[in-house]
Amino acid sequence: MTQTTSEVRESPSSRETLLEIEGLSKSFGTVHANQDISLRVDRGEIVALLGENGAGKSTLVKQIFGLMTPDAGTISIKGDATRIKDPKDAIRRGIGMVHQHFQLVPVMTVAENMMLGHESAKGGILDLDGARRMVKELSAKHNLAVDPDAEIEDLPVGTQQRVEILKALSRKADLLILDEPTAVLTPQETDELLGVMKELAAAGTSIVFITHKLREVLAVADRCYVLRQGKVVGGVDDLSNTTTSDLASMMVGRDVVLRVDKAEATPGETVLSIKGLQVKDDRGLPAVDGFDLEVRAGEIVGLAGVEGNGQRELVESIAGMRPSVGGSVHLGKDDITRSNAHDTNNAGVGHIPEDREKHGLVGGWSIADNLVLNRYDEPPYAKGFVRDFGAVRENGVKLREEFDIRSPNVDVPAGSLSGGNKQKVVVAREMSARPRLLMAAQPTRGVDVGSIEFIHRRIVEARDAGAAVLLVSAELDEILGLADRIAVIHGGKVVAEVDGKDADRTEIGRLMAGDTDH
Amino acid sequence: MRNKVWLGTAVLVLVAAYAFYFANPNIAVSMFSNAWFLAVPLVLGAMVGVIGERSGVVNIGIEGQMLVGAFAGFFAAAATQSVVVGVVAGALSGIAMGAFLAFTTVKGQLDQIIAGVVINIVATGITSFYYESGKTIPRGLPNFDVPLLSKIPLIGPVFFSDGPIALFALVIALVLHFLLFKTRWGLRTRAVGEYPSAADTAGINVVALRLFNVTMAGTLAGLAGTYLSMEATSTFERGMSSGRGFLALAILIFGAWRPLRALAAALFFGFMSASASQLQASDVVNIPQQFINLLPYVLTLVVLAAAAGRVRAPGAVGQPFVKGD
Repeated sequence: MTQTTSEVRESPSSRETLLEIEGLSKSFGTVHANQDISLRVDRGEIVALLGENGAGKSTLVKQIFGLMTPDAGTISIKGDATRIKDPKDAIRRGIGMVHQHFQLVPVMTVAENMMLGHESAKGGILDLDGARRMVKELSAKHNLAVDPDAEIEDLPVGTQQRVEILKALSRKADLLILDEPTAVLTPQETDELLGVMKELAAAGTSIVFITHKLREVLAVADRCYVLRQGKVVGGVDDLSNTTTSDLASMMVGRDVVLRVDKAEATPGETVLSIKGLQVKDDRGLPAVDGFDLEVRAGEIVGLAGVEGNGQRELVESIAGMRPSVGGSVHLGKDDITRSNAHDTNNAGVGHIPEDREKHGLVGGWSIADNLVLNRYDEPPYAKGFVRDFGAVRENGVKLREEFDIRSPNVDVPAGSLSGGNKQKVVVAREMSARPRLLMAAQPTRGVDVGSIEFIHRRIVEARDAGAAVLLVSAELDEILGLADRIAVIHGGKVVAEVDGKDADRTEIGRLMAGDTDH
Repeated sequence: MRNKVWLGTAVLVLVAAYAFYFANPNIAVSMFSNAWFLAVPLVLGAMVGVIGERSGVVNIGIEGQMLVGAFAGFFAAAATQSVVVGVVAGALSGIAMGAFLAFTTVKGQLDQIIAGVVINIVATGITSFYYESGKTIPRGLPNFDVPLLSKIPLIGPVFFSDGPIALFALVIALVLHFLLFKTRWGLRTRAVGEYPSAADTAGINVVALRLFNVTMAGTLAGLAGTYLSMEATSTFERGMSSGRGFLALAILIFGAWRPLRALAAALFFGFMSASASQLQASDVVNIPQQFINLLPYVLTLVVLAAAAGRVRAPGAVGQPFVKGD
């Protein structure tokens, strides 16, 4: 039941069209975040916007909510196509948005948050009783229980989200935009939310639901649009006989795989061996849950998975940035389960972190200094406790040349570089230390095409030089292009391992979605 | 629950104060009057801090704002021989300094600490450079009795028989508490200082509210300075704010960013200083004067060490607001 947009069936005209977008485009510099997007939402409908990270979903809804202005195209709300000036204007026209990061003041009560921005006052004094009553009425009406006097910061995330939804409803929203609402929820909270969404839709509220979780789309959405690289690449009008694997293959696309020339791998001894690893996420919930994997010298193991299945916690735990609560990690014969980041690094683990701005670089420091962040205290970069700036600079000049870092010199702050060049600095630093294990998490995210190729080639070279490589990526193309062996992670554990050569995209997409039944 | 603790403490302090009063009325009145006399500029300074930080803007320039207020008030009064003109000039100079802080940090997104340091340095420079000795003002701001209230034992002579700025300080602390927690302005100000993007998506103009609050708070700093040069004394000296602006910041923290608690904290500081002087004067203890003068600052350290970790600053203090991310 997958079709391209032009073939999407018109739904019965008896339904009122709430939102209609035509030919919407938005670029940032040379990046086309949205290209010629057209879609429609009717009253009482739940429409899913499905797509991988960077597909342009958030950019799209930000324009609907007046947070960004489109470069071209129109957004009509109930037939009115005038430009949406700002969120206030969007709210006035009946659009409510629940952001990924809740827009609630943590130290204020539910009632105070609900009234903020359009407070009613009696003789100059805030009408808090009125706000409390309104919260109670609304929560009774929509079956969303909240205590109006509870302070936001004391509430669980799921309840905070409920407050956000109520806030939107109190502003008389008839179109609710939910930006990845389940990303922060526990499975139980997710199920509750999906129930709430269905009830709201039944009562006539339309919902635009952004997600990359296929199961949720099938569970609640009436229709869905699939976005890929800023374009609507498909739509499903009737989700009743669609499967997760249909959606997965639409989401990751069938375009040419970015092939990387590489010789057959010649795996040697086991370098990384993870047994039954358990790691908790920031909220204290299990993220990595009994994870087993081995990576051998001279091979690239690609870890494929939909984001949020424990990849980040896994990588951070191996790198010594996050404690594990069970299981073990061995590097060769060394137990590095409890090593901190510095010791892990010294043991021979190179780490290209997912968030290079936060964990990969010190933005205000020079390129040369950033290139020795993992070795600054060792000879030749330090003699005793005195640093040798000459050696640091020499190393910087050499690596800048070798890794094609485009910058005026090695003394400019790393933060001033483009995304691709920042990443090259990280890659250069980690690879030049000749690690036994190279761990690359989303190594080409937000990086231009030229740099992507370069980084891919370097990763293969590291493999050929005998390093074990663990590649974690949300880009299935990247995994398929690079990996000699592919492990699929779902729900914090490896659900399947396949040989890179005979990997089937659809099959992997299905496994990523957690569908292991057949 | 927390409110009950505070209420209990307040009642206890009041009972103790009156017990002291009935035991020795003259000394009690003189000590408490002295305490309030010392506390007035601290109260006003702390309110400047409350307004600024509740809106998300740190103001470490209160010291400089006070100094300029003292200077402008005194010399305007000396030039025109009118105390009214002096008070108005003091208040206006505070607004000007507040506007400087507001526009550089909120509009220009200059680091708030740097802007505050600039204010302090510029204030010291200007007031020293343009200082002229030998100027006099016709008279200091007079004390007056508030009808009825000044007749209350102890409280009357301490709080309601003072000059206009001292009375204003008492009133503004009460009014600000009400405004901050009971009105639309207060709710919005707190939201803007805690989580500006939430206020923004609710349609509140974060930048405008911050500009207004920080600018207007300057009035209070200017009046605190005017109090020093025209009400507490009738003279201007170089550097006469002598650290009170910084003490006010300590009081702000001790007072947990709440106007009434800051008022209580300022009174506590005033009382400690006053009782040290009293002990010294009555020869109970024999400590060199320098150590007595040191007391408020030592107390600041102790109090802040005790308060650290127990109180929490508004969430967005010190962070410029950038729309849309």
